[in-house]
Amino acid sequence: MALHTAIVQARDAGEIPGIVETVPTMRSLMVTYDPMAISRAELQPQVDALVARGLPAGMKSRQVTVPCCYDDPEFAPDLEEVAERTKKTTDQVIADHLASSFKVYVLGFMPGLAYVAGLDPSLFLPRRSQPRVRVPRSSVAIAMDMTTIYPFESPGGWHLIGRTPLWMFDQRREQPVFLAPGDSLSFQRIDRKTYDRIAREVEAGSFDWSTLVKSK
Amino acid sequence: MTAALKVVRAGLFDTLQDLGRMGFMALGMPTAGAMDRIGLTLANALAGNPASTAGLEIGVMGPDLLVEVDSVRVALVGPLSPSLIEGPDAPPKPLESDRSHLLKRGQILRVGMIEGASTAYLTVAGGFALPPFMGSLSTYSRAGIGGFEGRKLAAGDALPLARETAPGGDERKLGQAFDYGSGPIRIVWGPQEDYFSEAGRRTFVEAEYRVSKEADRMGIRFEGPVIEHAVAVDKGGADIISDGIGPGAIQVPGAGLPIVLLADRQTVGGYPKIATVASVDLPRLGRLLPGQAVHFAAVAVEEAEKLRRDQEARLQRAIAGFVVARPAGGIDLVKLYEENLIDGVVYDRLSD
Repeated sequence: MALHTAIVQARDAGEIPGIVETVPTMRSLMVTYDPMAISRAELQPQVDALVARGLPAGMKSRQVTVPCCYDDPEFAPDLEEVAERTKKTTDQVIADHLASSFKVYVLGFMPGLAYVAGLDPSLFLPRRSQPRVRVPRSSVAIAMDMTTIYPFESPGGWHLIGRTPLWMFDQRREQPVFLAPGDSLSFQRIDRKTYDRIAREVEAGSFDWSTLVKSK
Repeated sequence: MTAALKVVRAGLFDTLQDLGRMGFMALGMPTAGAMDRIGLTLANALAGNPASTAGLEIGVMGPDLLVEVDSVRVALVGPLSPSLIEGPDAPPKPLESDRSHLLKRGQILRVGMIEGASTAYLTVAGGFALPPFMGSLSTYSRAGIGGFEGRKLAAGDALPLARETAPGGDERKLGQAFDYGSGPIRIVWGPQEDYFSEAGRRTFVEAEYRVSKEADRMGIRFEGPVIEHAVAVDKGGADIISDGIGPGAIQVPGAGLPIVLLADRQTVGGYPKIATVASVDLPRLGRLLPGQAVHFAAVAVEEAEKLRRDQEARLQRAIAGFVVARPAGGIDLVKLYEENLIDGVVYDRLSD
């Protein structure tokens, strides 16, 4: 994240030509460059020099609550399989998901999709070997040591265990992307009736999102 | 009356695209943009537009568009069956692809079918008068953003135009069809080629892969021999900690078949990427149809960079080599009637 910031600053200051964009993740930083403007052989030492120069640091964080309905089998098609593979009851899977202390590390895959680490280790599973062609919007899913919420209907390879009535991306909002890197996150269990009520408010644009966010 | 092209019949998947929404991948925003950068660039150059102007990307079958503006210059690029122009009181007339055309109010442009490729482009001189979202007009339909209402075109849509009348000047056409190349698709290994066994890597560059039915603006799933991971899939051999996905990244999930990720690709992903398509060959992938077969061949980064620079130079030569378009016989009767009514005489420059 810090190197991402450093490269963006260097590019915007005109110090490095040809950088199209950078994508920070938990394991690496992707740098996309325009081969018409610079070559990899020219670019690599400049990035290395930025690392050597020392990186900018720090960002503030928030505590975010995400309501999630685990009860409807349509929302949680993988809940039973996750329970079987982790040798738990479905209620234990839900309880462990609720008890995990999550933190948003990276946004990516598509606008507003957060990679949220901190899943209870007893729920670790690899991704599905064949990703689903269609995962419904706002599905709550787990894979490896993480959980996520799909901002749009899309293909996806994670295990679907619930659904939130929230939209992770809404271009009508001033900040279209709800979650931010560094957020602490916890889920709150809701029933189907509460889900339907919040879903209507989110769709109408009348939902008060500020109730879900506390500054730390 | 609003200056517009009105969709009287929608095609199958027509979206406005420019060269992409760059700079927001860190927020998870895909770049989208033209699947075939070359086709859009040529179409813009034929219409007299800067390369970054948004045009209509046509998928499989084009729309019928009614001209609701005094005049508009359009350019069509791609292997289209002849498009037709028809007016309220004129018989239909075929329009060639790979050139510009002047259209008048009340005429209907019936864009043809695409033959042997998946994409073609239609641009208008001056571009479309639509607000960019995050700096770009590219449509990303999965999120409903950009382009025209964030979606593919539908009957009844009126695409607002920046110009009320076409700029002056001759119609132009491509000197000869642009050569996209026909050999293997060039790739650069990695970033996770070490997640595959030596046999797996060999399979990938030696076998033939076919475009499956699951091919769209997000990417292409290929069918063919299974690529072996270095570590068994049930021991995490097809899982990485998610990282960034560049244009043309080739993921191989546990099932062992390659997925090439294109314009509407996700920004990060957790399947290992055996290789990345060299940018020189991305436009070819953007034109592939289900059932078509490809081979992949590895090149070094320096070679990939050089191939792209050479292609860009060829593209600029193709644009510099546009010729003035005149119909067979030398005299364009439509132009004669429409533009030369003052003295009734027109000289055909090309036959001087």
